[in-house]
Order: sequence, then C-alpha cells, then structure tokens
Amino acid sequence: MSVGLVTGLAVVLPLAGALLILLLGRWPNVREGVSLVTAGALLTLVLRLVDPVKAGLRPELVLVEVMPGIPLALRVEPLGLVFALVASFLWIVTTLYSIGYMRSHHEENQTRFFAFFAISIAAAMGVAFSANLFTLFAFYEVLTLCTFPLVTHHGTEEAKKAGRVYLGILLFTSIGFQLLAVIWTWQLAGTVDFQEGGILSGTASGGVLSVILVLFVFGVGKAAVMPFHRWLPAAMVAPTPVSALLHAVAVVKAGVFTILKVSVYVFGLDLLGELASTPWLAWAAASTIILGSLVALTKDNLKARLAYSTISQLSYIVLGALLANEWGIIGGGMHIAMHAFGKITLFFAAGAVLVAAHETDISRMGGLGRAMPITFGAFFVGSLSIIGIPPAGGSWSKWYLGLGTLEAGQIGLLAVLMVSSLLSLVYLLEVPVRAFFGQPPDGVNLQAGMREAPWPSVLAMVITALATVGLFVYPDPVFDLMKLVLP
Amino acid sequence: MSAHLPILQVLVPLLAAPLCATVRNGRAAWAVAVVASWTSLWIAIQLLALVLADGTISYELGGWAAPWGIEYRIDTVNAFVLLIVSMMAAVITPYALRSIERELEASSVALFYAAFMLCLTGLLGITATGDVFNVFVFLEISSLSAYALIAMGQDRKALTAAYQYLIMGSVGATFIVIGIGMMYVMTGTLNMADLSVLLPQVSSTRTIAVAFAFLTVGISLKLALFPLHLWLPNAYTYAPSTVTAFIASTATKVAVYMLLRFFFTVFGPAFSFDVMQLDRVLLPLALVAIFSMSLVAIFQTNIKRMMAYSSVAQIGYMILGISMASVTGLTAGILHMFNHAMMKGALFMALGCVMYRIGSVHIDSMRGLGKRMPWTMAAFVIGGLSLIGIPLTVGFVSKWYLIQGALEKGWWPVAVLVLLTSLMAVLYIGRVVEAAYFHDFPGDDEHDLGEAPLAMLVPTWALILANLYFGIDASLTSGVAGSAARSLLGLGP
Repeated sequence: MSVGLVTGLAVVLPLAGALLILLLGRWPNVREGVSLVTAGALLTLVLRLVDPVKAGLRPELVLVEVMPGIPLALRVEPLGLVFALVASFLWIVTTLYSIGYMRSHHEENQTRFFAFFAISIAAAMGVAFSANLFTLFAFYEVLTLCTFPLVTHHGTEEAKKAGRVYLGILLFTSIGFQLLAVIWTWQLAGTVDFQEGGILSGTASGGVLSVILVLFVFGVGKAAVMPFHRWLPAAMVAPTPVSALLHAVAVVKAGVFTILKVSVYVFGLDLLGELASTPWLAWAAASTIILGSLVALTKDNLKARLAYSTISQLSYIVLGALLANEWGIIGGGMHIAMHAFGKITLFFAAGAVLVAAHETDISRMGGLGRAMPITFGAFFVGSLSIIGIPPAGGSWSKWYLGLGTLEAGQIGLLAVLMVSSLLSLVYLLEVPVRAFFGQPPDGVNLQAGMREAPWPSVLAMVITALATVGLFVYPDPVFDLMKLVLP
Repeated sequence: MSAHLPILQVLVPLLAAPLCATVRNGRAAWAVAVVASWTSLWIAIQLLALVLADGTISYELGGWAAPWGIEYRIDTVNAFVLLIVSMMAAVITPYALRSIERELEASSVALFYAAFMLCLTGLLGITATGDVFNVFVFLEISSLSAYALIAMGQDRKALTAAYQYLIMGSVGATFIVIGIGMMYVMTGTLNMADLSVLLPQVSSTRTIAVAFAFLTVGISLKLALFPLHLWLPNAYTYAPSTVTAFIASTATKVAVYMLLRFFFTVFGPAFSFDVMQLDRVLLPLALVAIFSMSLVAIFQTNIKRMMAYSSVAQIGYMILGISMASVTGLTAGILHMFNHAMMKGALFMALGCVMYRIGSVHIDSMRGLGKRMPWTMAAFVIGGLSLIGIPLTVGFVSKWYLIQGALEKGWWPVAVLVLLTSLMAVLYIGRVVEAAYFHDFPGDDEHDLGEAPLAMLVPTWALILANLYFGIDASLTSGVAGSAARSLLGLGP
C-alpha cells in the first residue's frame, strides 16, 4: 500500500467507523467495540507514516480538483504528523474513557455521540494532513459543524445557548476573517499550497501582508486568542469526553496547528519576522496567556477553570509561532503534544469526579482525594505538565518556548511565560491539595460508598498520566519530528 | 435529428402542455410532464456537449435565414442556463406528484401540469432564442403560466400574490417590449447578433439610451432586483410548494440570463458599462439587496417567506458578480445562477415535504421535526449549509469566486460585506435548526406523522447530493461558467 493511500485512509477510516457505529447502534457493546477497533486501526495507519516522513518523504494524495488550481489534497509533513499522532493516540484512550463515562452517567443518544465523535476525528485528520489552505479550511469548518451536535448533546436550553456561542464565534471568525485571508492569499500568491519557506513572500507590501496575518490569527477562532475565546468555556456543557478530546486536543489543537502551519508554510519565518503586525500579535497572545490564567483563578467550576487554562495554554503555541524562530516553532509544536496529554488527564479526572461523586465545584471537593486517590493522583501529574515542571512532559515545551523568546530578544515575553506558570501552579494545584488535605463540606459523608469511577475511565487517565511522565523522560519522538519542520 | 435540437428544446414541453390539458387525468398528465421534462434535460445535455465541442450553434426557424427569420442561437451561456432550467424541471416533476395531489384539488391537477409545461416552455424559449421579440413572446408565455401556477396555492392569499405578480410582471414585460421596440425603430432588426452589429452606429442617440433604460428597469423587475422585488416574497410564500421550488430556482435565473444577453451580447459591455455605466446602478442595488434582504429574512416566522427574502439577497450576489464586468465577477454571477438553483430548489423542496406532513411551514409548527422527519430536516440543514457557503458545498464555490472578483477589483469592503451576509444566513438557518432540534413537537405524541413520501424525499436528496457533488468537484460548473463569462466579454471561449 502506497504511503499516499495510507494518508487518505487515515481520513476515511474514522468516517467508515462512524457509519458502522450508526448501523450497529442497537448493540452498545458491538458499537463501542467498533469505536475502539477503528481508533486502534487509525493509530496503526498514522504510525506507518512516521518512518517515510523521517526518511524525507512527504506522502501526497490529491482527492479531487475542486476549482482550477485548488485541489482537495493531502500531504503529510512533520508538524501535521505530530498533531495526527497525538489525536489518534488520544482517541483510543478517550474511547475507553467514554465507555465508562457515558454508561455510568446514563447519557442519552450514545450512538449519535460516538458517530459524531468519529466524524470529528476524521475532520481533525483532514486538518492535520491538509496540503493547502483550502483543504485546511474545508476540514476546519467540518470540524466546527460536526462538534456542534456534541456540544449541544443534552439538548437543553443551556446547551442551546452554548451552541449559539460556539457556532457563532467559530463561524464568525472563520468565515469573516480566515476565509478572507485564504482568498486574499490565493489572489496574491496564485496558489494556496503549503510550501517550505512560504508562498506570500514578496507578493504584496508589508502592510497588506500584516493585515492578512492579523486575519489569520484572529480568523482561526479555534486557537481562542482573546477576544475570540468565549466559545471554549461555552463548549464545556458537553459531556466530559468531548471536553477532554475535542476541547483540549482535537478542536483547539486544530486551531493552533493552523496558526503554526500558516506561519511556517504560508508566510515563512523570514517574512513573519519582518511584518509589523507580528510583535503586536505576539503580545495579544501574551495577554491571552496572562488573562486566561487570571480568569481561571476565579472559576470555582472545575471544567470552567480547565477551559480558561486551555485558553491560556493555547496562546503559548500561538506565541511560539509568532516568535518566528526555530525554537519557537519547535516549542509550539511540542506543546501541542505535551499540553494535549496533560490537559486530557485533567479533564478525565474532572469527569471521573462528576461521575463518581457528582461534584463540579472545586470548593466542594475537599477530602475527595481520600476516596478517589488514583483520580486526584492523575490530576496532580497532569497539573505538573501544564505548569511545566519535571517530571512531566510540559517542561520541555516550555523550555524551548523560553529559548525562543530569548532568541527573539523578548525578555518581556519570557517573563509572561514565567508568570503564567506561577499562576497555573496556583489554580491547578489547589484542586489536588484540597482533595487530599482539605475537609469535606458540611453534610457530605465521604465514607458512604464513595469510590473511584468505572475502571475503563480510571485506566484511561492512568495511561495519559503515565504518558506525560514518559514524555518527560523520552520526548525524542516529538522533538525529532519537530526538528524536521524547519530543515 | 441533432440539427433540430435547439427547437426541440422548446417544442417538447410546448407540445406536452396541450397533451396534459386534454388527458384530464392527473396521473396521466403527470406522466406526460415527467417524460417531457426528462426529454428536455436530455436535449439540454446534448446541446451543452455540442456547444462545448464545436462552438456556437445557429438554427434558422422554418429555414428562413436570419436576420429576416427567427434564429435560435445556442452558445455556452445559454446552453448552461438551458441545463439549469431543464435539470430543475426534471428533478421537480417527479417530486410534484405527491405534493400536488396533497395541495391541489383533483380536478385541477391536469391543468396544473399543462401550466407547468407552458412555464417551462417559456423559460426555455427565452433562453434558446436569438431574437429579441421572441424573447418577449416567451417571456409572456412563462409569466402568464407562472401567474396561474401561483394562484393555485391553497391559501386564498395566493390569489392576491398572483395578482400582485401579474401587475408587476406586466409592467416589467411592457417596459421590455418598449425597449425592444425602440431598438427596432433605430436599427430595423430584431436579431440579437444583427443588433449587436448595428447598434454601435446609433448608440449615441437618445432613443437607444432610453431603450437601454426601459430594458434595465423591465428586466430588473423580472429578476426581482431590490427595490423591484416586492412581488417575490408573497408569490413564493403562497404558491404551491412545487411551484415555489421551480420558480425560485429557474424564473429569476432566466431573468438574470436576459440581463446578461441584452447588456453583454446586444449592447456590448463597452456600451453598457463604459458609456451607460450600468455598474453604478447595479452595484449599489445589489449590495443593498444582499444586506437588507438577509436582515429581513432573519425576522421571518414563515420559513417559505424567509427563503423568499433570502432569494432576493442571493439574486443580489449574482448581480454583484455581473456588475464587476470582469471575467472572475461574471464567472461568479453565472456560477451562482446554477448553484443557487441547486440550493434554493433543495431547500424549497424540503419545505414542501414539511408542508406535506404538517400543513404549515411556520417556525413554531416546525418544532421537534428533527426527530420526526429526520431525512427532511437533514436535507434542510445541508441545503442551509450550502446557502451559508460552507466548504464542500456549491455555495462555497460561488462565494469563493465572488470574493476573488471583489478583491481583484480592490473592492475589499464588498468582500467583507459578502462574508458578513453569509453569517446572516447562519442566523436565519440557525433559527430553523434550533426549532427543529432543540424543541419538542407541539402536537400530541401519539399521532406519529412520519416522514414525507419517498417520491418527494428522493428528488429532494438528489438535489442535496448535487449540492455536495458540485461543491466538491466544481471543475465542470466553474469551467463552463468561466468560458461563458469570457464569451460574454468578447474574449473568446
């Protein structure tokens, strides 16, 4: 099987999985079996792409020529491969988690849930492997639309309102800004292909290109750069597995991935470093980092706090891209992986607390750690990765991002990274500290049958927590791939 | 046989019409209409293939040579429009069977198909002919039959809607014939190709300028260009569902074609845009239409009316493209004729399915339909996404060319406006989605209404799939539209 075909299969396979899930919806065990098998098969496919890419190949597949010169096409390069590896690996884990979560939480419409989940993964694969801006935009929009039924899964008035915010902001930014930037790029460069060194250099004045960069950065609403971040907390009404995989990994990472990809392959780092708007946008990202952390401090609802933490962390990657140097890109790319493993662990734990103890507020989690030691242990490890201290993978990406700020001569930005780490230390570690050392709120008897969530969910979060530690000891797979992005 | 295709295109539905009226039996008349519309589609495909292979086809009616006889002249532009019209007819006639049985009295079903075939004849005739007076004749055939079709709506308001359309349409047609008359006075010919040669010699006269003005207003009335669109919302709202789907996807497109034919082929782009500065009229009106009608659509509670206002906005997109008078702009305009026919046809057909089961398309009566009519509502959602212009649907392709055309001209505020109005479509489609998927069905739960009949769902979904197909592989449509645009601008195929 040619590698190009493998790329295509990686997009088609989850779609086929979705179809099977719909057809087999009547038998929950078979349906979940299909989900797991599809996820496993997808990871196998993506892994098969690693060696060819490391050997210098860039597997390509043109699906169809949509308009003259604008094909729907796939092309695997190292950055996309990192994203695809992370998403497909975590899909397996999340499926495992979902089985425990959805059943013990007695969610309705589980077939629809698993089917749209699979379609979302297909769209994420499409984003990861897109060969040009048009393909990227198409899959980006598909991802927005097929996560909408997942966000509004409960069908309540609250879900409807959240859905409005979700779709409203994501479509407003993507159609209003990003599409304009894409067509403008096509207009100027005569191509929308991602190419090494960029395609926009020398096509227009610095002013015009600066405007296009602004349109891209804010047009990728999924990267949640303030003020276009409100959709992410809104999306938290979704069942926890959706928040975990989609709104900590697939959807949001599709956003920051787009910004990295546009920086490297549309603008090119040389051009990016010269544009007048780049430093301003870097500071916009820096403000998001700080403001997101500050808002996270004020949130008592655990998922809301994690959502604002994600907003803050995503801007690390945006910042990395806008530093316009090798360390920034490497740090940003590694942070896609590191943050994914850390944050998904945190969401898994939050969901486990909801399922087992029916608690959502941090102030009411005192003493819960004694009943659910594994859950809060995993939460602790995940927190370390987000804060960026050893022995968790997050420390590596922060290290390289820090190097990037120094290389760019931006001490101020380095200070932002440090302050944000301190803030995240406060808002994240409060949770395990309360759980292990705090007192339960009045009227709650912890002894009364309180125990861990169902075993598939616990297993899932143990896997991701161990993986964050593993990525500290052995970050080479991610690092080696990211080194290839800028030859 | 193939030499006579241009006239057969018009003749087949013309002969089918009296046949429908004489058989009297509704189902038999329907069968005749199906055969006639599919034959028309076959002819249209043949014609497009011939034109793409060998270039323009000229057919002399009765063997009388032009400019004395009537000439039918098929080039890429009208071959494409013929395809749009006959394709919509071919999809909608099978759909009509059940919908019309439900919405019309049995006694008038056969007459409905007769009027339907006449309307098709008129639309195909306007498109195929190369003679300006012939355009007027077919315009009257299509308009009169359209008035009759609209008046057949269940609601008594259909009568006033048809009457309103009759008055406005007749004013439009009269203006057009006055314009044609003035051109005839000055040149002594009615043949389009001949006119385009003779007009430049007299183009500086006041008479030709006035003829130009009459034609502009007359055609704008027929294509419902803001602010001459007032007949359209009522007509679309109260007409039988089948008629709305057909008229919305064809009649205005043919009027847009008339605009292209008169101002690009007959008068020539140099006269129309450099001397008469048509773009100064079309561009602002198109922009106002796009913005204001999208805004009005958001506040409608009758979904057919909502879609009608959306149609006026969408016509604005076509006129916007045309007013650029550039290859990309014209391509966008022509492409959107096809794409809008696809999406609006599908949306109105989905609404027809709702009408069939619920008997109303009021937003409140559509509550909870997501569960009760999943296929119909899924079709509506996909059609809506196409209307918004989500990638991989036809709407996206139109929007891409339109914005590209605007950026080429340096009109970036126009590009921004086009994008913002797509977002307004998100709002009005979103309202229906919320009603259908986030609310419970208001009626009693015992009485399960079920899906629309397959005979209606299959044609609806055929169009929906066409929305996706031509959105994923737009090389055929954008290629034809591009070569049509170049030929209209006189730049060769």
